[in-house]
Amino acid sequence: MPAVQETIDQVRSIDVDQYKYGFVTDIESEKAPQGLNEDIVRFISAKKNEPAWLLEWRLDAYRRWLTMREPTWAKVEYDPIPYNELYYYSAPKSSPGPKSLDEVDPELLRTYEKLGIPLREREILLGVERPEGERRVAVDAVFDSVSVATTFQKELAEAGVLFMPISEAVHKHPELIKKYLGSVVPVTDNFFATLNSAVFSDGSFVYVPPGVRCPMELSTYFRINERNTGQFERTLIIADKGSYVSYLEGCTAPMRDENQLHAAVVELVALEDAEIKYSTVQNWYPGDSEGKGGIYNFVTKRGDCREANAKISWTQVETGSSITWKYPSCILRGDNSVGEFYSIAISNGKQQVDSGTKMIHLGRNTTSKIISKGIAAGKSENTYRGLVSAHRKAKNARNFTNCDSLLIGDQCGAHTVPYIEANTATAKIEHEATTSKIAEDQMFYCKQRGLSDEEAVALIVNGFVKDVLQQLPMEFAVEAQKLIAVSLEGSVG
Amino acid sequence: MTAVIRPVKTSAETALVEQFTAAKAALPGNATLREQAFGAIVEGLPHRRVEEWKYTDLRALMKDAKPLAVAPEKAEIDAAKKAVPFAALKVPAILFVNGTLAEQGKLPAGIEALALTKAYATDHALLKRFGESGVPSDNAAVALNTAFVSDGILLTVKKGASVETPLHLAFVQHGAGHAAYARVLVVVEEGASVTLIESHTGKGAHQTNSYVEVLAADKTDVTLVKLQNEDLASQHLATLAIKLGAEAKLTTVNVSRGATLARQQIHLYFEGDTTNASLNGISLSGGKRHLDTTLFVDHASYGCESREQFKQVLDGQSRSVFQGKILVRQNAQKTDGRMMMRALMLSDDSEADLKPELEIYADDVQCAHGATCAALEEEYMFYLMARGIPRAEAEAMLVEGFVGEVFDSIENETLKEELLAVTNEWLRTRD
Repeated sequence: MPAVQETIDQVRSIDVDQYKYGFVTDIESEKAPQGLNEDIVRFISAKKNEPAWLLEWRLDAYRRWLTMREPTWAKVEYDPIPYNELYYYSAPKSSPGPKSLDEVDPELLRTYEKLGIPLREREILLGVERPEGERRVAVDAVFDSVSVATTFQKELAEAGVLFMPISEAVHKHPELIKKYLGSVVPVTDNFFATLNSAVFSDGSFVYVPPGVRCPMELSTYFRINERNTGQFERTLIIADKGSYVSYLEGCTAPMRDENQLHAAVVELVALEDAEIKYSTVQNWYPGDSEGKGGIYNFVTKRGDCREANAKISWTQVETGSSITWKYPSCILRGDNSVGEFYSIAISNGKQQVDSGTKMIHLGRNTTSKIISKGIAAGKSENTYRGLVSAHRKAKNARNFTNCDSLLIGDQCGAHTVPYIEANTATAKIEHEATTSKIAEDQMFYCKQRGLSDEEAVALIVNGFVKDVLQQLPMEFAVEAQKLIAVSLEGSVG
Repeated sequence: MTAVIRPVKTSAETALVEQFTAAKAALPGNATLREQAFGAIVEGLPHRRVEEWKYTDLRALMKDAKPLAVAPEKAEIDAAKKAVPFAALKVPAILFVNGTLAEQGKLPAGIEALALTKAYATDHALLKRFGESGVPSDNAAVALNTAFVSDGILLTVKKGASVETPLHLAFVQHGAGHAAYARVLVVVEEGASVTLIESHTGKGAHQTNSYVEVLAADKTDVTLVKLQNEDLASQHLATLAIKLGAEAKLTTVNVSRGATLARQQIHLYFEGDTTNASLNGISLSGGKRHLDTTLFVDHASYGCESREQFKQVLDGQSRSVFQGKILVRQNAQKTDGRMMMRALMLSDDSEADLKPELEIYADDVQCAHGATCAALEEEYMFYLMARGIPRAEAEAMLVEGFVGEVFDSIENETLKEELLAVTNEWLRTRD
């Protein structure tokens, strides 16, 4: 079944030339010299006033990176990245670590206002009564290489939750950083993760103490502004025994003709009975309709259910970037631990998406679920690539995978590349990728009630997509819905 | 991704180079083609970092390269005949012993045969048709066959011929310590129908590399059934390459039972419109055996339908691999492709690797794939055992039911029974 007109219009409305976050903030910034060498690594470390051990860690990563080759297995094509022509550090000049929001450059605050990200707590606190049930979100805003503001720090501190830029955590909580940094994504993990380990500049750090349910959503907003810069953020989230945290991430960048590199590393650690919910709305500049410019998004995200009964859930809505290379994964080490991956990836123009997940079942009775929806339009390529593996000791491991994709037009491609590796007979792994041909009885039911074919399809499909959207916290769900109110009718596996 | 490693040649790789250097002068046919093909191997055998060989690391698994088989003596041929399966079918057979064409029974009307060696001698036009299916010539198994092949047969099913009697291509290995390379070309002319049975049997630690290419024209109806039941110490690399014309019909059933290391590659190319193909297979592995089925379906035309159904049963410490890829090209609108793969693990020490892949460039198509991997349902076992059926028997019944579905596409009842017998024999030995 081909896509209905409504679907086409919706996708069109978020097409690459409709990108509305493409403005540039005119702000003076301080940059590291162009290029990459040991001195640059030292420069970044010195800027952050880092302890010697971290500098050594970075240098070690850099030296390893020099011996590595860029991976080529993904279904993406791009010109070689000129690693030596990039700037690896860029910070707004006025505010390297402001004490309070008042010290933040007003130009920056305006940038975030334009993006719809509330950094001024005051407005929220002084505002008229909030509608009942409205949740507050604590935001860490990262502008190029540094964190410019983190809101609600005080309130979070009262609950015992640590939420701060990772550069600050290095000084304030070195024991936690030493213990967990690189413990999920090792320095040697892959080409881009190793590069990140050498030159990472900032990112968020979250620690939720035992038994604490984080009182609000935590959020980081990433913005790449400066020309020719790479953004290499590093996020580390630790949920201690019995705790819960929900974390959101959003990203945008100005429209520029050249490609910009974003190579982030996100590490999640969930201890016994803990739960981490990680949501992403990725809307980096995708390049223009001719494929010029756009962000190269090479991201390593991995969660470790380190102890029993832990749960990690990834939800992603991917609409931006000219190239997406991203596989948020779960290592299900603890017995009875749970991993989830919900994804909607939309590609338009000449975007190339190669995204998916890995569910590594190591512990007993571990379960995982993968729901992936890919929509390709324009001249884009959209690939789901996923691995489900059950180790010998992963007795009674369970996995269910479902990936659907939809093509709009005959100039694009949708691909599914799942890998299933079972090493124990007690594991039960099910994978299905189907054309989302809507069940006849559902259609019949709707049409009987006077809906036209297209209305019926739209209704059923909407309900179907919402299942994934529901995994997002409310605030993001609304934003995401605008991005992807598209039907999946006529989709191909 | 990791540091650049300069590979050291394995003994198999070294032996292959030595053998090719020594044998090439004596091998018939176009020497340049052989040299070109060997060029793909000369750098080394494919390993796990080569995506297509990720789960079957030929470099590590192929411990040695055995020398080319010499032409069999009469006594050997007579002895080999005893190993030919499917006697109950009473169909004509073309017998290959150690890769050499040994005997050719009376062919059914409508089929013409030409020995590969004769075709080489006259540089026959049919030789040029090898590769028409688009199978990649640099694939390691294909390249090895092209480089070393010494014998084979070229069959033509004449236009409009409806060949009722199946034709049996029996490849028997006799003795140990040799490698046999054979290839078959089957040209099915317009409107013809034919059933071909291919069997690989025999005792001894040997290596087989077989290459079968089927070029079926418009409105043809082709059934291909293959049984691979070689010695458990042998190695079996096989390629089945098919090109289908318009409004044609194809059914294939592949039973992978023998060999310690076996890889069956199937390459299917839809050249014509509105053609139907049904590809089926089972693999039965036990002990420390490694079986691989790798499938590539190329939908390049309008309105074709393909059904792929593959099942694996694993026991012992065996490893069973199934990789299948459906490619739907931009002009292949209204394609309907469905691939289902199921692995049944009878032992906790076995490993099943599945990779069902879709690559789709046309927007008005229906494509789906499914993959499951599990042990036998305890509930079913309980049901049967509660009725007094011993565990082993209950297990056998369920496995038979599991694989039996695959044989449903075979119309010849005798053949179906013979294949079920192979399954049952495996269920007793589980090797």
